[in-house]
Amino acid sequence: MILSTELRGKHMGFAWGQGNIFVYETLFKATGSGSPFIHEVRKDEDIYSPILRKLFNESHHIFVGLQTIREDLPSKNKKPQFVSISKNYRSVIRACMEELQQVAVSTKNAEMSVQYGNQVSILLAIELIWNLCEVLFIDAAPAGSLLLHLLDWVRLHKADVDEKARDVLQSDSPAEHRDYWDVVVSYVLQGRLDEARQMLGKKATLTPAANNIFKMMDNLLSKMPFYNPGGTQTLTEFDVKWRHWHEEVDRCLQDNSFASNQHLEVLCKILLGDEDTLLEHKDLLGTWYHFLVSRLLFCHPTVKPTELHYYAQSCMTMFLDSRSAPEPLDSILLAAFEFDIHQVIKDCSIALNNWWFVAHLTDLLDHCKLLQSHNLHFGSNLREFLLLEYASGLFTHHSLWQLAVDYFDHCLEFGRVYLELQIERVPLDTERKALKVLRICEQRQMSEQVRSICKIMAMRALRNNRLGSALSWSIRAKDAAFATLISERFLQDYCAKGTFSDLDLIDNLGPAMLLSDRLTFLGKYREFHKLYGEKRFKEAAKLLLSLMTAKIAPRSFWMTLLTDALPLLEQKEVIFSADQTYELMFCLEELTSSLNTPSSDSDKSMQEEDVELTKVELLRLALSRNLAMAIVKEGTVET
Amino acid sequence: MCHIQSSVCFSEVWDKSESGEWLCTASWKTHSGSVWRVTWAHPEFGQVLASCSFDRTAAVWEEIVGESNDKQRGLSHWIKRTTLVDSRTSVTDVKFAPKHMGLMLTTCSADGVVRIYEAPDVMNLSQWSLQHEISCKLSCSCISWNPSSSRAHPSMFAVGSDDSNVASGGKVQIYEYNENTRKYGKVETLMTVTDAVHDIAFAPNLGRSFHVLAIATKDVRIFKLAPMRKESSSTGPSKFEVQIVAQFDNHNSQVWRVSWNITSTLLASSGDDGCVRLWKANYMDNWKCTGILRGDGSPLSASSGQPISTTVGSSLLSQNALNGISAGRIGRRAPFAPPLRPLTSSKIDQTPAYY
Repeated sequence: MILSTELRGKHMGFAWGQGNIFVYETLFKATGSGSPFIHEVRKDEDIYSPILRKLFNESHHIFVGLQTIREDLPSKNKKPQFVSISKNYRSVIRACMEELQQVAVSTKNAEMSVQYGNQVSILLAIELIWNLCEVLFIDAAPAGSLLLHLLDWVRLHKADVDEKARDVLQSDSPAEHRDYWDVVVSYVLQGRLDEARQMLGKKATLTPAANNIFKMMDNLLSKMPFYNPGGTQTLTEFDVKWRHWHEEVDRCLQDNSFASNQHLEVLCKILLGDEDTLLEHKDLLGTWYHFLVSRLLFCHPTVKPTELHYYAQSCMTMFLDSRSAPEPLDSILLAAFEFDIHQVIKDCSIALNNWWFVAHLTDLLDHCKLLQSHNLHFGSNLREFLLLEYASGLFTHHSLWQLAVDYFDHCLEFGRVYLELQIERVPLDTERKALKVLRICEQRQMSEQVRSICKIMAMRALRNNRLGSALSWSIRAKDAAFATLISERFLQDYCAKGTFSDLDLIDNLGPAMLLSDRLTFLGKYREFHKLYGEKRFKEAAKLLLSLMTAKIAPRSFWMTLLTDALPLLEQKEVIFSADQTYELMFCLEELTSSLNTPSSDSDKSMQEEDVELTKVELLRLALSRNLAMAIVKEGTVET
Repeated sequence: MCHIQSSVCFSEVWDKSESGEWLCTASWKTHSGSVWRVTWAHPEFGQVLASCSFDRTAAVWEEIVGESNDKQRGLSHWIKRTTLVDSRTSVTDVKFAPKHMGLMLTTCSADGVVRIYEAPDVMNLSQWSLQHEISCKLSCSCISWNPSSSRAHPSMFAVGSDDSNVASGGKVQIYEYNENTRKYGKVETLMTVTDAVHDIAFAPNLGRSFHVLAIATKDVRIFKLAPMRKESSSTGPSKFEVQIVAQFDNHNSQVWRVSWNITSTLLASSGDDGCVRLWKANYMDNWKCTGILRGDGSPLSASSGQPISTTVGSSLLSQNALNGISAGRIGRRAPFAPPLRPLTSSKIDQTPAYY
């Protein structure tokens, strides 16, 4: 939310919110009026997108699963697991991308469409980078398999070939479609030779005169060796075979075998990996990394991981015009080809708006033990730093903050303290939310935060005069002082109105009653009332007396208690025994003597004093009468 | 969530409604002179505000729950619980101490006196007793409590002075509670800060053994105070190793306010140049500017001549700060251009676009 205003040479004030910052115009140390506008600046707007939220939710699930992988297995056994986790992350990205794409295309709002489109392309780039990192770092394919993986990578990210092919095949005469040769060349560039052969077959049938050369090309294409990692052939054997094939293709070219058909000649040159020919097809390749992979496929299929960066650098230079500077994506991919993981992470952090990608990728790489270099704590520091940043960003969201908790849990050094600081600031809008937050704190033994949250809720309830709620919160906070205060309020209310509110709560206090003396008294006093209501007078009487003699009741309440005793004394049946009556009398005397001392507060009106005296007189009378009856009763022998 | 804003004599309280809108729910005359600062107490104590003013007083306000109609109409009522009139000069700052110390309020005045009050009964905000009166000898402009509740060190606060005479010594003093004397004693003066100090702020602690203090003076400075290990028998005041961690003069003018975010990962500063700048440290503890907000909320490009090469994610925040801005499109070239092509193509072209 931004309210705009003109600002000329004024000062800016600001205040931090939980995930936002308020900025306002003011003048420090001067008089004069400021502007009445406040600007709220928020970061991490992404988290408010409903589709991306799925990304956050599902990746959270994968993240937690990753953290709980057993540590005792040796690394090489874990590699397939890590690769599969990496693939999971990527499929989540793809799913999100597809959904966004659908919305982008279907929305009528032009601005939203652009925004969705932006997000789609960001996710595309993220997935591209992640996939490459998976191939190079996590799967760490050796020479031979490396190229095959890179081919897969390129194919996955250059799928417009299939669309074009579909168009061509669905046309009346595919071989005469204007995109026909583009499709064939594209297939070859991607190493999809079977499909290329099928396509070529269509042309071959159309031009029976050129049958020979088509057959020759088909032959060459069918014989191109591809390394089989699971097979018995060693890399060296494959290399030898590949060189033979390469020489055969070269001979065909030198013999001008394909001279009559310029397209086939071009194909031949491509199969030889001729740079110039490849570069002539920039539009079909689209990117320098496609160029790189195609070049490697046809020049050096046994490329080793360590050799990659030479080829990558040169391909990028050749492909990009001298005019255009490499984009951030290009530098990131180049850094990946150079196996400079830290550079990749750093560049991604700078280029991207959300910590999501770098946090999760770094975490995965850290689990693969790929981040431990130079300094001892370098790797884990970086991982934690990124995860903390990501999770802190999540915390500002009204429901995603719960995901953030798990991330903090798995940051061993600062996770807990970050969580403590952040969770205190979660707005406790509803009781339900407060309970959720509490549960999280209780599970992690964050006792101070538990106490604080309960205190805040109790205070809020008290301010709104919801005594029952306030009491239950202070019990949960184990806050004796506050519980005492609220019990006092209850008792005051009772004195004023004659009834208790929130009876359910007080009746079911259970052991919580012992939290504070006043609370215990409240509970027991209510019990007295219950007993009285159930006409269990003897028990009620006993309880009432014990409240005074055991000093559970505050002195200020004794008068009320004694007054409560009156109806019991006035009963036809003797309820209080003689001993009990003596004790009651003793209490009364104690009470009156303290009332009569000069230090007792003397701002009672004459009327009040009269009332007090009358009460005392009544009590004395009732007690004496009861005593008499009790003595008689106890002295009587039952016959 | 409420936000505060103070101006001449009046204070306002804003509330965020359920629909996310901000409404001014109360506006009232707090003092008879310019109100310098307003601060919230921790919600554990209820809805409590304190303000301080040029009129030599500090006041404590509490929100009272009025008729239920009022809440619906978006109104709240604040009543003054107490006025603290001990100061003989303008009260320049008022801050509540960390909540683990109870309900304690600290003021500092232009005559260099810091006063610490306590409300022994948190339910009765009209009773405050003056617990400590400390003379700092220089006119005070700001105070900041160390928010750490760790028992490893005693309570600590820092006082800044806006005395512009360079010869009168260091303008930031650190005071610590001494268990034996039961008083606050000065334990450190930052001698390298000789210009007028307008604001100071301790960073949230995060369980570190050292303290981090940000200072707004003629530039932005961040200091690290590491307690030196005392001999076991020593009961004297703590000694600190003071190190300057960062110093930024990007505002090119007086810096008036500094403030940390919740996790002390970001520092915001504002200055005479009408900008708010955001500072962030990377995981190697190198500090860099990651965002600049202008008066109308629009950002400047953060890469104004600053090399971002060695910091992970340092300029990230500049991107982040760009979000949420309605109008101004920034001319920074986006990395991944988003033509609205079908999903299958990953062709990246050169069209600059906004992300």
